[in-house]
Amino acid sequence: MDAQHLSLLYLIVAAALATYATRFGGYVLITQLKRIPPRLEAALNAVPAAVLTTLVAPAFVYGGFDVAAAMLVAFVIGLRFSTLRMLLVGWVAVMVIRHVIL
Amino acid sequence: MNRDDFRAGLRGGFPVMLSASPFGALFGALAVDNGFSVADAVFMSATVYAGASQMVGIELFGNNVQPWLVVLSVFAVNFRHVLYSASIAKHIRHFTIIQKLLAFFLLVDPQYAETEQRGERGLPVTFSWYLGFGLVIYFPWILNTLIGALFGQLIGDPKAIGLDVLLPIYFLGLVLGFRKRDRFLPVVATSAVASVAAMHFVGSPWHVSIGALAGILLAAILPPEHRLRQGRAPVEKEA
Repeated sequence: MDAQHLSLLYLIVAAALATYATRFGGYVLITQLKRIPPRLEAALNAVPAAVLTTLVAPAFVYGGFDVAAAMLVAFVIGLRFSTLRMLLVGWVAVMVIRHVIL
Repeated sequence: MNRDDFRAGLRGGFPVMLSASPFGALFGALAVDNGFSVADAVFMSATVYAGASQMVGIELFGNNVQPWLVVLSVFAVNFRHVLYSASIAKHIRHFTIIQKLLAFFLLVDPQYAETEQRGERGLPVTFSWYLGFGLVIYFPWILNTLIGALFGQLIGDPKAIGLDVLLPIYFLGLVLGFRKRDRFLPVVATSAVASVAAMHFVGSPWHVSIGALAGILLAAILPPEHRLRQGRAPVEKEA
């Protein structure tokens, strides 16, 4: 096994441990302190949306016209329907733009 | 072990497994597309077992982001699980220590939601039920990853068949799933602007940490919108 692949395996193990830590961390935390301070809770509450947004916004701005258009279509779908439907419609949109329109 | 409870768990988890299956396959295909081997993809599904963060992991890995930052991002996306495990503590107190350790490993979003509901309705949360519910989602998740990864190996140019838009749209769907939370709009707007600015002025991968930090800080500074529900973490849809 080469060094690069080995480092990927370490990365996956570290990600697994980090995930596991979040899954028992709350249990440990709640048995230690009874209430989470409101500002800390607000900050924790914002973490996932904030992180995921950083993977969406730059892709929309720098991904090119086809990607931005497909994301826009998917966004409208996503307001009413499931993520699976968003993926399907967004995929159709980008395929149409790439292979039919452009 | 109680067989009836275990079966009830299997039945309860079955529809969740079905709805998660396409995402398992999608993860497998995109992981291979981002430089994972089939075995790597399966290994990640079996050990991390958290769909959204696995997608984040392969996206950042594919963009040659520093490993510690990849792990930190996985950790951040999974942070909601801290609230889950805190919240179900009262329902699983009677589990043995080994049972608890296993239960935490299986604590994905629907597992949390269902456990919480069961507990609140006054139904017994037995380990047999919990395990049945968890395993019927866990093993197919790995299998679907394998199927998707094998399929992903056959793909030549992912752009030609439109695979490259799937990750940003998937993440967009996850962001939309949080829109009922307090301060959703200001947090997302701040993180969006900050991440685009960071991408422009600092460069990748710093847009992730800088953008996320901006939104999180704003959430901590803003006055509370209204009283948060106590004792119960909000459930998100992983997919």
